[in-house]
Amino acid sequence: MSIDKILVTISGLGLSIFIYYFFLMRKGKEVKAVSSIDITVEGGYNPEIIQVPVGKETTLNFIRKDSNSCLEEVVLSDFGIRKFLPLDKKVEIKVNPQKAGEYPFSCGMNMFHGKVVAS
Amino acid sequence: MGNIKKTLLIKGMHCASCVRTIEQSLKETEGVSEANVNLTTEKASVTFDPDKVSYEKLCSVVSNVGYKAMVEEELTEEDLQKKEKERELKVLKYKVFVGLSLGLLIFWGSFPGFIETSPLILRNFYIQLVLAFIVQFFVGYDFYLATIPALKHRTANMDTLVALGTSVAFFYSAFVTVFPQVVEGIGIKPEPYFDVSTIIIALILLGRYLEAKAKLRTSEAIKKLIGLQAKTARIVKDGREVDVPISEVLIGDIVRVRPGEKIPVDGVLLEGESSIDESMVTGESIPIDKKAGHTVIGATLNKSGTFLFKASRVGKDTLLSQIIKMVEEAQGSKAPIQRFADLVSSYFVPVVMIIAVLTFVIWYDFGPAPSFIFALLNTVAVLIIACPCAMGLATPTAVMVGTAKGAENGILIKDARSLEIAHKIRVVVFDKTGTLTKGKPEVTDVIGLNGISEDKVLTLASSLEKGSEHSLAEAIVNEGEKKNVAFQKIEKFKVTSGFGVEGEILGQKVLLGNRRLMTNFGINAKEYEEKVQKLENEGKTVVFLAVDEALYGIVAISDRVKESASGAIQKLKKLGIKIYMITGDNQRAALAIGRSLGIENVLSEVLPDQKEAEIKKIQSGGLTVAMVGDGINDAPALASSDVGIAMSSGTDVAMESAGITLINKDLASVALAIELSRKTMRTIKMNLFWAFFYNVALIPVAAGVLYPFFGLLLNPIFASMAMALSSVSVVSNSLLLKRVKFRY
Repeated sequence: MSIDKILVTISGLGLSIFIYYFFLMRKGKEVKAVSSIDITVEGGYNPEIIQVPVGKETTLNFIRKDSNSCLEEVVLSDFGIRKFLPLDKKVEIKVNPQKAGEYPFSCGMNMFHGKVVAS
Repeated sequence: MGNIKKTLLIKGMHCASCVRTIEQSLKETEGVSEANVNLTTEKASVTFDPDKVSYEKLCSVVSNVGYKAMVEEELTEEDLQKKEKERELKVLKYKVFVGLSLGLLIFWGSFPGFIETSPLILRNFYIQLVLAFIVQFFVGYDFYLATIPALKHRTANMDTLVALGTSVAFFYSAFVTVFPQVVEGIGIKPEPYFDVSTIIIALILLGRYLEAKAKLRTSEAIKKLIGLQAKTARIVKDGREVDVPISEVLIGDIVRVRPGEKIPVDGVLLEGESSIDESMVTGESIPIDKKAGHTVIGATLNKSGTFLFKASRVGKDTLLSQIIKMVEEAQGSKAPIQRFADLVSSYFVPVVMIIAVLTFVIWYDFGPAPSFIFALLNTVAVLIIACPCAMGLATPTAVMVGTAKGAENGILIKDARSLEIAHKIRVVVFDKTGTLTKGKPEVTDVIGLNGISEDKVLTLASSLEKGSEHSLAEAIVNEGEKKNVAFQKIEKFKVTSGFGVEGEILGQKVLLGNRRLMTNFGINAKEYEEKVQKLENEGKTVVFLAVDEALYGIVAISDRVKESASGAIQKLKKLGIKIYMITGDNQRAALAIGRSLGIENVLSEVLPDQKEAEIKKIQSGGLTVAMVGDGINDAPALASSDVGIAMSSGTDVAMESAGITLINKDLASVALAIELSRKTMRTIKMNLFWAFFYNVALIPVAAGVLYPFFGLLLNPIFASMAMALSSVSVVSNSLLLKRVKFRY
């Protein structure tokens, strides 16, 4: 095998490991919500893991800064909520989980994810 | 009413003097206390007393001085969405046009077979670079705009793949153009691939444009429902009629509705008669005649007479608002079948990137010469062909169209889970009273025993039942009232659910109930068995009256079967569904009704609290069971079935225990709901199959697995064409559900 092929192979394998580590091994930012929290929608959800109390209403304020149409809707399927997020407008979504656990949310096409963790 | 502040939209203003003219004319109008006109925003903010001046009057004042005024309606979420979507579609259309035009010019100037016919200027690589630059960074700007923040969050999506794929093609081509000698030096012919990068961007944007247009149609049901609402209501106050926006109608307001007008909110008819078309809300196609005392539903159409009604539910409590809320919630819920797609899409993009990298390595290491070019083009093809969007759209779009189709037909589906389970229903259990029958029983026979007169039997029975709320009790009391009996005072009244009632009249213990109640008190009714059996064989419910342990008489009650019941049962049978009827009635009466409807499986003499257990017994056979009831008395049974189907009672639709609510009260809708679920699930399965099959089959093809066997490779331009079509086809397939014609 020529030197260039060895280099390409090593770089390719290295890049594959990097992609795996970069996208699949990351841990999302976790924040505790006190009655309400602002979530910036830009290339994902920031913060993306929101801790909320069980049995208490928490307001999630979604503010979309990203014009990508993929993020134009947010879906909280456990609460039966699918909401359109107009650009640069605060959209209030109230959740009141009755049981402890994880309630995932995502964009309309299910490409970007976040979750509400009730405890 | 106090002053209110509203905004008018003004058209036709040119200068400051126009502003002054309009402000002056508004301020001079009686009832207006303040008016401010803004030339830039073309709006007038007016503070006025709605009792003294109406919107129409304000608009006519403005038009009298030569301008046009309209009441500004507050922008709803739907309006904002529509506006944003319209803008997005416009931009997309423009970008597709620019991208395709420039892409085709480059294609003309570079593709073998066409190149000879092209003008020389198009064959110039530097000209191609300029054109491709415009497409890459202006037309394709959004791909980068979405990719950069996503990468900051260590996430990736469709746009990341497109940005990566086209960037690889573009930057390689740019390098070849600027430094051809470098590429030539390593033995590669210096050929740019600007046609690939530009046409991919244009085609993917074209796919996105078509998809956005199709997606708009999947969500138009809610807009249609909201559009049903009347805008204003004519309220009668102090002998005067005032038009007010619908949001200002309060409970208790008296509203006048004229022929051809929409009823603004829910209420009870006070005066007048009319025929009302409720089809838009309940799906019931025949107009219903209504008179004083009847309920009227907001957003339905008054066909003939003028009437007054008292508002009983306004704002978010009206039937229409409840329906909108329920459809919205169902559309936001997730079908269990989607779980697998969710799992796949969470790993999809990074995995595709890794496959693309490995494709490059394998082609570079083992591919034929020029291996670099093969490696490059196949890597681009893998990045471009992968389509996670189709997987993400497969289920929700079908659920949205399916639930909307249901709502259109008076079938409200609570969530995607109920919609999914409904397609597996093999057994439907009907509650008898109020579901298969009208729920308004009537007394058919009163028989005195042991020399007691019929009058005496009816007097005692109806007096005793006055304290009960059971539907059979209501029938006996109604009969007593009809016959003008002298109701007597009851003491120590007691209801034993599933048996009957007891109490004391003038110191005597009076019992009224079924055989089991008599047996419990040691009263022998066997002597009259033949008479009783005859009545029960006619489907009548028989109750015994006993006073101080002596039988006094028999009262037979019959509840008429609904006209739609028999047809509904036949439809379900045609769908291959097993039917059960469940009732507290005695076996003979229940069997008689079962026979008349063609129901073979009759569960009779089931106490209310046993219904749940009976459902569980049927479920234990591994069958998916739906229970159809009124949602109130049989809530536990509805909740324990796999899908509870409730016949809506009047203006309440949100029933906790029911997965499906039939607002049209038509029993035939049970079959329709099951058919709708089957069709929606078929669409979802087709979509998911297509989305998975597409990616599983075409990603390896793009990577070049067919090359060693057939010498086949996928040109990245064809990859982008396939990708553009894949999500459009999924959304379009979901939209086909709109056209579904039910077999009945």
